[in-house]
Amino acid sequence: MQEYETIIGLEVHIELSSATKIFCGCSASYGGRPNSHTCPVCLGMPGTLPVLNKAVVEKALAVCLALECKIQTECRFDRKNYFYPDNPQNYQITQRYLPIGEDGFLEIETPDGGKRIGITEIHMEEDAGKLVHMEGNRETLIDYNRAGVPLIEIVTQPDFREADEVISFLEKLRHVITYLGAGDCKLQEGSMRVDVNLSVHHAGELLGTRTEMKNLNSFRSVVAAIASERKRQMDLLDSGGEVILETRRWDDGCMNSFTMRSKEVAEDYRYFPEPDLPPLKITGQQIEQARNSLPEFREERRDRLIRQYGLSREDADLITDSRILAELFEKTVSFGVSPKQVSNWLIGETMRILREKEMDPGELAFSAEHFASLISLCAEKRITNAVAKNVYEKMCIRDFDPNRYVEKNGLEMMTDLTDLTETVKNMIARNPQSVADYRAGKDKVIGFLVGQTMKATGGKADPNLAAQLLRSLLSET
Amino acid sequence: MNFSDMTALQLGQYLHQKEIAVGEVLDAVFEQIDKREEELHCYITLDREGVYRQAERIQSCILTGEIPSPLAGVPISVKDNLCTKGLRTTCGTAMLENFVPPYDASVVERLREAGMLIIGKTNMDEFAMGSTTETSYFGVTRNPTDPSHVPGGSSGGSAASVAAGEAFAALGTDTGGSVRQPAAYCGVYGFKPTYGTVSRYGLIAYASSLDQVGFFTKDAADSAALMQYTCIRDRKDATSVGLSDPGMLEKIWKAAISKERQNQGELFDESTANRMKGKRIGILKEIPGVNVAPAIQKAVREVGAIFEGMGAEVEEYEPTMWEYGLCAYYTIAPAEASSNLGRYDGVKYGLRKDREELHDMYLATRTAGFGEEVRRRILLGTFVLSRSYYDAYYQKAMKVRRLLTDELGRAFGRFDLLLGPVSQQTAPKLGVCLQDPVQMYLGDLFTTPANMAGMPAISIPCGCDEKGLPVGVQLMADRFRDKELLQTAYLCERKGISCRNTKQ
Repeated sequence: MQEYETIIGLEVHIELSSATKIFCGCSASYGGRPNSHTCPVCLGMPGTLPVLNKAVVEKALAVCLALECKIQTECRFDRKNYFYPDNPQNYQITQRYLPIGEDGFLEIETPDGGKRIGITEIHMEEDAGKLVHMEGNRETLIDYNRAGVPLIEIVTQPDFREADEVISFLEKLRHVITYLGAGDCKLQEGSMRVDVNLSVHHAGELLGTRTEMKNLNSFRSVVAAIASERKRQMDLLDSGGEVILETRRWDDGCMNSFTMRSKEVAEDYRYFPEPDLPPLKITGQQIEQARNSLPEFREERRDRLIRQYGLSREDADLITDSRILAELFEKTVSFGVSPKQVSNWLIGETMRILREKEMDPGELAFSAEHFASLISLCAEKRITNAVAKNVYEKMCIRDFDPNRYVEKNGLEMMTDLTDLTETVKNMIARNPQSVADYRAGKDKVIGFLVGQTMKATGGKADPNLAAQLLRSLLSET
Repeated sequence: MNFSDMTALQLGQYLHQKEIAVGEVLDAVFEQIDKREEELHCYITLDREGVYRQAERIQSCILTGEIPSPLAGVPISVKDNLCTKGLRTTCGTAMLENFVPPYDASVVERLREAGMLIIGKTNMDEFAMGSTTETSYFGVTRNPTDPSHVPGGSSGGSAASVAAGEAFAALGTDTGGSVRQPAAYCGVYGFKPTYGTVSRYGLIAYASSLDQVGFFTKDAADSAALMQYTCIRDRKDATSVGLSDPGMLEKIWKAAISKERQNQGELFDESTANRMKGKRIGILKEIPGVNVAPAIQKAVREVGAIFEGMGAEVEEYEPTMWEYGLCAYYTIAPAEASSNLGRYDGVKYGLRKDREELHDMYLATRTAGFGEEVRRRILLGTFVLSRSYYDAYYQKAMKVRRLLTDELGRAFGRFDLLLGPVSQQTAPKLGVCLQDPVQMYLGDLFTTPANMAGMPAISIPCGCDEKGLPVGVQLMADRFRDKELLQTAYLCERKGISCRNTKQ
């Protein structure tokens, strides 16, 4: 049987980070008590009018430039008309005819080297509210907090052939957006939404009919949905069937997709230019300014960190995953601590804490200067690792000077040999069983006794010294 | 003292010089309302209690000498498609029968800042769709000159309220002539400013790219004063641009006040006449196949002759795009309306007809909430925007709009002002227009160009026809020439052109 080829294109919606909504002054932040982030404008009350938030245009422009798009210097907004209660006006303000950016690309890395993914267009639009279907009765409630939150939609060319390519595109896109500070791109929270258009055909033959897959809430579902849809279409064709142009909904629970709506009877959105908003002029000067303020993106930064600080590729990859961590790294190093130590701390302790406490790097409280001080305290063996980790965890939540904190709370490493000897002797006296085990040749017991010693000293004992003392005291008698 | 013949500015003068009290004026207005309202039905909602409370506040301002504007204390009526905080705003539709906005329209805010007293909300065609005020869910308004005739529309209630002495001025809105035409029918001034000068925030949209707030007044100076206190660049309306140098507006109304106070007899002096010297006036040439009533033709010619007598150069202007413009207007306005009215779905506010399924609820609500004319325009608009017809209708109409605007732009290269009729006929009898909507649409031939091009235009009352019904002529100017337009209208009046509503 002939091999199938798969053609994939994406439509990616990204919530732009903005303090306020795209057409009114309401908060655009995620969550909040239902309908607490609303006003007459975003509720579509009679007589109210949209006013474009300039910050949204700046962010959208930056994304367009980062993705090498041509900028529409006189772009426009259009209305997309459809009846559904998630949209209070029953039309969405979007850009149908003259989107802000067109014809760009993003280069991704593949096993066969770099590959350019074409960007058809990028346009700005408003998000819709959320319908909450009540369980038990047939009521549906509406939360308009999200209505009017600024979005951009990025439409790619059908340039993908594999799920791996899609993932590496999405990861790179996420890095571009987060490095720009234009959005946080969290699939689970819906601040990045990916629709996958996929078709299959036999090599050398005409392209097949595509389907659109929605409701992909993680990279994992993207991969699974591509595999599943690819197989579904191939099986369908192999059994003499036909692929129908339709929108399908992915269900993470059963790892399968279902028809949402057929596109055969295409919905007519009756697009027309939004008369409430004048055309949006973007000047050459604005474009130049935006271009000049583009940041150093992830790849460049990663390569520079490797070159400049001698980091390993793996470490540099991890650190530059977040622009904030990458910046923290460089700032901390600038206070004179060793890059290797800083990177070890970031990859070890920092990432553990972020994971455990479900924090964003942006939420880390401490300053780079205090972080450097802590690393120095530890490196100079003025405090033990155990104490350092303890102090660090506190600094993540509240910024303070670790030098003073250590001093004030008497957390310096125990340097007085007589004190430590005393403690170790106590340990030996209190743990006869362990002592017997050690003498019977179980060397591991030393670890336990060191742990007990650390506990007794509040982590301030030098564990190496404690182990030495233990060994020598135990072998004395 | 008889207030009823006073203009808003004259009344303001008497109030601020404490010759009369605000409360007395309100009493007189309500007396007139009680006398005529039952027959005329200018208002959908009256705010007697609220307005007396406002009056107390303004009276105390006057007593302490803190007078916010020359119009402070003057009663004004407001068309019911302009939102008033805490006061029911129906837009003439069953859909919003019980809608009480939690916000003021920006223009209403400006009126309040100027200390004007909002006595009530005037009747109008449903969603401003109509030319007679007969499509209102709340019943018809009658023409004060002859109650068997319509007052025009869609701002018929506002026009009639000023003509009948039930208000000293009124706010209306003009999408295709809805201020100028009822002004002409009722024998008052109707001024539609340049698109964007007065904020649309809080104006319940019919066709956003054409809608403009306008004024009904007893003379041009009142319009100038209202314009000065309401035109402002509003941050809540992205299409709002305001008007540079409103100082000239001030000159107009200040001149009016000083004239009135100094020499009631002398209406005109030579220095103001000089302003017309060398002005180029384009007088609208007859459009083949369009019948304009003889009395209206005569009025236009007379006004032209008077301008000539004042030293203006009057020449014929031949419009070529106006009829196409009308067709384009009746494509674009319904298109925008079909989208603007999408929000009335029973989900968030206004009428709801509960049904089990969402789609059924939409259908039942919108069928019950919208009248025939509104439904007709929603259907029209939905059709011309649909994918298969967008290019043939909406897109083409936009091209015609461009061509019409270009033609008018060229006209204003040749002329300072254009002079012509407001409508083909004077006010028709009640019931006549509803039978033939297309005929009604054709009646907007002379007024729609100003909306399509966003230009200012004013309807000036000019005597009566043989039946005693008021006649209006229209003056139109280039965008942002509002001051020159009002100045000329003011001079016309000084020259004795104006004949206010003759039969009270």
